[in-house]
Amino acid sequence: MNYISVKNNQTISFNEIPELEYPLFLEQNVFTLLKNETAHCVSYYGIKLENCIKLICCIADDSENDIKISSCIVHVNEPLNSFAHHNLVFEKFEREIFENFGVNYTNHPWLKPVRFPADRFSKNTSIKDYPFFTIESEELHEVGVGPIHAGIIEPGHFRFICNGEQILHLETQFGYQHRGIEQLFLSKKKLLQRSTLAENISGDSVVAHSLAFVNLWESLCNVHPDQSLKFERILALELERMAIHTGDLSAMCTDIGYQLGSAVLGRLRTPLINFFQKWCGNRLAKGLIRVGKTNFPFTQELEVELAKILDDYEKDFEEISDELFSLPSALVRFEKTGVVSTELATKLGNTGMAARMSNIKRDIRYSHPHDWYCEFVHEPILKQNGDVYARARLRKKEINQSIAYIRQLIKTFPVREFELPPISTPSVNSFTISLVEGWRGEICHSAITNSNGELVHYKIKDPSFHNWLSLSIAVRNNEISDFPICNKSFSLSYCGHDL
Amino acid sequence: MISFILIILTSIFFTGILIRAKSKAAGRKGPSILQPIKDIIRLFKKGSVFSTTTSFIFQIAPSIYFASVIMAIMVIPLGTYKGFISFEGDFVFFAYILGVGKFFNIISALDTGSSFEGMGASREALFSMFAEPAFFILLGSFALLTGHSSFQEIFLSLHFGSYISYILGVLATVVLFMIALVENSRMPFDDPNTHLELTMVHEVMILDNSGFDLALILSATNLKFAMYGALIANLYMGSFPLYLTIPIFFGVQLSFAIAIGLLESFTARFRMNHNAQYILILSSVSLLIFLGVLLVLGQFN
Repeated sequence: MNYISVKNNQTISFNEIPELEYPLFLEQNVFTLLKNETAHCVSYYGIKLENCIKLICCIADDSENDIKISSCIVHVNEPLNSFAHHNLVFEKFEREIFENFGVNYTNHPWLKPVRFPADRFSKNTSIKDYPFFTIESEELHEVGVGPIHAGIIEPGHFRFICNGEQILHLETQFGYQHRGIEQLFLSKKKLLQRSTLAENISGDSVVAHSLAFVNLWESLCNVHPDQSLKFERILALELERMAIHTGDLSAMCTDIGYQLGSAVLGRLRTPLINFFQKWCGNRLAKGLIRVGKTNFPFTQELEVELAKILDDYEKDFEEISDELFSLPSALVRFEKTGVVSTELATKLGNTGMAARMSNIKRDIRYSHPHDWYCEFVHEPILKQNGDVYARARLRKKEINQSIAYIRQLIKTFPVREFELPPISTPSVNSFTISLVEGWRGEICHSAITNSNGELVHYKIKDPSFHNWLSLSIAVRNNEISDFPICNKSFSLSYCGHDL
Repeated sequence: MISFILIILTSIFFTGILIRAKSKAAGRKGPSILQPIKDIIRLFKKGSVFSTTTSFIFQIAPSIYFASVIMAIMVIPLGTYKGFISFEGDFVFFAYILGVGKFFNIISALDTGSSFEGMGASREALFSMFAEPAFFILLGSFALLTGHSSFQEIFLSLHFGSYISYILGVLATVVLFMIALVENSRMPFDDPNTHLELTMVHEVMILDNSGFDLALILSATNLKFAMYGALIANLYMGSFPLYLTIPIFFGVQLSFAIAIGLLESFTARFRMNHNAQYILILSSVSLLIFLGVLLVLGQFN
């Protein structure tokens, strides 16, 4: 086997990544590594070299707790056999490589633009004329929704093909939110600028994305933060999970028109995000997580307050959950709506919640633990049915789990060492990959430095990137009026996808 | 005459009370009871915007819809007092004048050429179609029971029969209550507060209407609420004198509004394909009333 096996947040020399011939590269990643059910692709991307493209493929193996990395050099005009032809997991990744570099894939099933970046290979395509799948039928009709969202959240376009009320096909188009974040990581040289960028990848996963960046950067600089810093970060991550899950449950109640659930859960979310406000001056926890230090230490006073917030929260949360999950009119909307079977979820390479709802044990906290998660074995919560109900229950159970974790963290909070290690420059010619389980799923950041220790490539992968396809498949044969509740139950990010 | 004035008066407060009941149930303070009518007045002062794809249908439809509701209200009596219009068989007129309004509402939605509005129109047409038999079986049974076929005479002579007629009155209330929810596109059939075009029924049909036209449609909705409330109130009035019927009228309207508010607070909206089945249940309740009437009339001896 020709790959290098690394642990989460491990820095290696970039030259250590073996370079393979393309047929062997394909054979190894698609057929050998992914044959194992516990393996999944966390990132696959290309880097522009002088007159060729270096493809890097990172396959995480959950059973061996490592990430297997290999690479391959290809030329733009060289016709290539597509990975996606053999395994759908690579569909979006290859579309991105095709869009950025114009790689000539011969048998890709769905070779369409992804996010229309400014530096894309072919300027002939524009966001206005995305090549939608169309039908020539008298009976079927098309419904286009967006890009302006009715609830004015984020822009994205959804094109349905319906038979009456039934959805036959859904195609999603994004790119409206593309800000060129990966490029900005390279052009903004200051650490503070980069930390701020990481926070702004997706507003609902501020902690998760900044944690991925911070872990990556500390590994690159070979800095080892003290125990209290690690505890704080995980505490923030679990609190973010709780807050967003609560908000999503509230929004799901709104979508089914259940006012009581919507109002109560909406109210429950507020003290959680207000706690962030008190802690670091921002309700979304921006500014909380910084490389090698913290500007807002978690004090005794905050400990007491958080403990109280959790006690109040838990009581009301349990009551409204009992109410919601025993209300027939809510259950009839949740159950058997938007089903993704285990086979399908595996085939599409779902990550995070979208995998666990279909009984796939995929959780970075368990398979590639970092920080506090290394101290014990996290047991991911699994649901079997893959419907809206499974996603709602999964959220409920994960909130309970997060409450237990936060209580544990508060109880065992270590004494702060006041000597914070200084931040050096990143190691030269290195490659680092960092995985974090955000509330939505696995977040993957990877970076490459040059011989001066400067960033030459930064790659971000939000779980939304391939879970969007799973939504499109989930709504098939459902009623179009159930689309909003399916969409909300996945709660995927537009800007996290568009970067 | 008197019923007409009372219904107009009630319609001013009806939605406000409903929203207030919902807010209270959710633990919120809620807007003023007059807020919905203030919004309507604000809209009346505004001009309308018309899409270039629409034709004259789209422009006349809101007025026809509003007029149809006003005419339907004119038929409704109050106890011993007749409505403006009263003749044998006026309940058929009542149902179909509302039908005319709805028809124009539907074709105006189709006129916009929007894919959402077409969906909404098809849903609304389907649900109204299922609600229609319930209404006619109900009123037909009462006509059979009382031997009259105008609203005023039916309601007036309803309570001179046996005690069963009170049970029939309760069942009729249930049917009229649910029909009112279907016709006014309220929960659990439709969620008037949603922002999601794909799940709307009535709201999506009026997405393109603005300003004065929208105000007409919204006030027609308020009037329709008060109108169904008045029908229910009439079931309990018989030939009481005016000083009793007016409090009964307002009492019924108030509890009607609060009941809708509470229902909307504690249930979720139905799945769209369950709506049609559920509305058909109304027809079976109406059939039960019909059976009751046959019993009262001694048809089974």
